[in-house]
Amino acid sequence: MTVMEQRGVYRPTPPPAWQLRTDPAPLLPDAEPYRVLGTEAAGKADEELLGRLYAQLVRGRRYNTQATALTKQGRLAVYPSSTGQEACEVAAALVLQDRDWLFPSYRDTLAAVARGLDPVQALTLLRGDWHTGYDPREHRIAPLCTPLATQLPHAVGLAHAARLKGDDVVALAMVGDGGTSEGDFHEALNFAAVWRAPVVFLVQNNGFAISVPLDKQTAAPSLAHKAVGYGMPGRLVDGNDAAAVHEVLSEAVSRAREGGGPTLVEAVTYRMEAHTNADDATRYRGDAEVEAWRDHDPILLLERELTERGLLDEDRTRAVRYDAEAMAADLRERMNRDPDLDPMDLFGHVYAEQTSQLREQAAQLRAELEASAEEGAEGAGGADGEESGR
Amino acid sequence: MSTVAAERAAKKAAKPATMAQALGRALRDSLAEDPTVHVLGEDVGVLGGVFRVTDGLTKEFGEDRCTDTPLAEAGILGTAVGMAMYGLRPVVEMQFDAFAYPAFEQLISHVARMRNRTQGAMPLPITVRVPYGGGIGGVEHHSDSSEAYYMATPGLHVVTPATVADAYGLLRASIASDDPVVFLEPKRLYWSKADWNPDAPQAVEPIGRAVVRRTGRSATLLTYGPSVPVCMEAAEAAVAEGWDLEVVDLRSLVPFDDETVAASVRRTGRAVVVHESNGFGGPGGEIAARVTERCFHHLEAPVLRVAGFDIPYPPPMLERHHLPGVDRILDAVARLQWEAGS
Repeated sequence: MTVMEQRGVYRPTPPPAWQLRTDPAPLLPDAEPYRVLGTEAAGKADEELLGRLYAQLVRGRRYNTQATALTKQGRLAVYPSSTGQEACEVAAALVLQDRDWLFPSYRDTLAAVARGLDPVQALTLLRGDWHTGYDPREHRIAPLCTPLATQLPHAVGLAHAARLKGDDVVALAMVGDGGTSEGDFHEALNFAAVWRAPVVFLVQNNGFAISVPLDKQTAAPSLAHKAVGYGMPGRLVDGNDAAAVHEVLSEAVSRAREGGGPTLVEAVTYRMEAHTNADDATRYRGDAEVEAWRDHDPILLLERELTERGLLDEDRTRAVRYDAEAMAADLRERMNRDPDLDPMDLFGHVYAEQTSQLREQAAQLRAELEASAEEGAEGAGGADGEESGR
Repeated sequence: MSTVAAERAAKKAAKPATMAQALGRALRDSLAEDPTVHVLGEDVGVLGGVFRVTDGLTKEFGEDRCTDTPLAEAGILGTAVGMAMYGLRPVVEMQFDAFAYPAFEQLISHVARMRNRTQGAMPLPITVRVPYGGGIGGVEHHSDSSEAYYMATPGLHVVTPATVADAYGLLRASIASDDPVVFLEPKRLYWSKADWNPDAPQAVEPIGRAVVRRTGRSATLLTYGPSVPVCMEAAEAAVAEGWDLEVVDLRSLVPFDDETVAASVRRTGRAVVVHESNGFGGPGGEIAARVTERCFHHLEAPVLRVAGFDIPYPPPMLERHHLPGVDRILDAVARLQWEAGS
C-alpha cells in the first residue's frame, strides 16, 4: 500500500445520511495547561532528564543574556530574545533524534544551539554576515525562518518526503502565537493532517506578536483547540515547565514516528524581554504583568523541584553555571572578531551556474573593489612620496 | 543504422501531437527516469489536470508520485520546498496563472533564494508549471501573463515554450535543472499541433538559449510563448509590404540570451518586442533596454514594444482588442523610421 493510499478513501455520502468523519472528543486539548513540576506527576519524571534540562536551561538563559549584550556592543544587528521561553526551546531540541529535523523561527536560535549547533553559526543571520550560517542538511536544522509560519509547510513536505522514502524521520516546527494567524499555518496543518505527515507543530504562545496581545489575534478557545478543525490532536502545556513540555513533545514525536500523524502543541509561556532590542515593550505592557511571570520562571520552577528532591547541591549548581559562563565567554570572544567577508560571494550562489548577466555584474563589482584598493594603496604611497620629497 | 538514417526514421514516425501531449510525455519520461521526481497539484491525479497534461500519470506511477493535493497553492509550493529539502525533485502544477498568486510568498521568500541563503548548501530543484496567457475565452483570473513578476525575482529561471518540440525539451531540462524554474505554459498553444515523435524527441537544449524561428533582414521581432505564432504570421504578412522580418523566440526570459538577441538586432538594425503581458513594467521594457544598451550604434530606429494594454485582463468577449495581433505588430514595424534609415 502506498503512503497516500493509507489515508483511506472519502466518498461523499448521499443525503440524508451524514456522519462525522472523525470523533472530535479525543482530539480536544485539556482545559488547563499540563504541568509536571510541583505536581504528583513530577515523581515519575526521570531524574537524569531533569538534570539535563536544568543544565540546558541555565546555559540557554546565559546564551540569551549574552546575545542581548552583543546587540548593545554592536556585534549583532538584532536579537529576538527567548528569555523566559527557554523551557520550550530546550525541550524542542532534546526530544528529537539525530536524524529528525528542526524548523525554527528567528526567535528559536536557542533551540538550534541546544541541539548542538555552534552559537556563532546560529547567530550568523542576526549578526548579518550571511543569511544562514550552517549547512541545514548537516545539522537537520532548517534555516531560521523570518517570514512567519512559512517554514511550517516545509516541515510538512520534508516529513512527507521522508515517509515516502521509508525513512523514520520526524519534523518539529516552531511558531509563535502571532504566526498561527498566518495562512501558511492553516495550510501546513491541513496538509499535515490529510497526509498524516510525521510532524509536530510547537506553538509558543508567549502572549504577544510584537505588541499585539493574543486576544486581538484569535477568538479560539485556545490555540491548541485549532487542531481539532484539522482532525489532529491538540495539546495544551505549561511552556515554562520544562518537564511537562518535554513529556508532551516526546509523546507527540513518538506518535508521529509510529505513523499516528501530526500533533499541535500549544505551550503557554511569556516573552520576558521586548520583541527585539529594537522594540520598546513599555508602550504596550506594564511591569506588574512582567513581574508576575518572574515567579513562574522556567529555571526557578525546575530549581525548586530539584532542590526539594535533593537533586541539586551547590557543587552541581556551580558546575552548571561554570559551563554556561564558559559558553558565553567563548561566544563573546568569537563574536568580537570581525567576520571574514568577501563581497564577491554575493554572486556565488544565486544559480547553480552564473548567468551572463551576473558574470557582468560580478566583473563590475570586482573592478570597483580593485579600483578602491588601488586608490587606497596610491593614497598611502602618495603621502609617503610627498614626505620624502620635502 | 547511420545517424542520418536514424533521423529519417524518427521523422517518419512523427505524428501530429499537441503541446499538452508533449508536456505530459515530458512529465512521464521524467518520472520514469528519476525516482526523485514527484508531481503534485490540484486535480493532477484522477482527473489528469484541468488541461489533461498529467493524464495517466497517477495510474502509471501511483498516488505517491503524482499527488492530488488540498486546494491551497502556498501549501502545495511550501510542501514542495520541504520535499526538495529532503532530496526530492518536485514538479508543481498551478492550475491557472492567477491562482499561483497565493504561492508568491513561498516562491519569492524561499524557493528563489534558498540556494543563496544557505550559500549553496541547499539548492531547491523545483519546477513550477504555470498555464498562462489569454486567448482562450477564459473568465476573470484565468488569462494573466504574470511573467514580469517572476522575472523580477533573482534566483528563479523563467522558461516558456512556443512549439511542441520545445515544450517537451524545455520541460525535461527544467525538471533536470538544480535551480527552481517557473515554467510558463501558453494556454492557447496547449492544443497547437506539430509532427512530433514522442519516442525520439529532439535533444534537450540547455535553458537560456533563444532561437531564431525565421530569418529576415528588415527587422527583428523579439517574442516568446503565445506570441511566437502571432509573430510568425505577422512576418509572413509583412512580405507583401516588402519587409523581411526575423523572428526570435526567446524561450527563456531568465537567463536572458543577450547574445542571440543582440546578434539578430545588429544584423537587422530594427527591433520590436511583442508580448501579451502589460507594456508598462512588463518584460518588453527590460528587453528594449538591453537591446539599446548593446546595439545602439546598429539601430536605425528606437526599439518598439507591442504589448497588452495597461489594464486588468479584459473579459473574454473583449480580449481580442487587448491581445497583440498581426495588424498591431505590422503597425509597429511601419513605425520603424524606414524613410530616415534606408
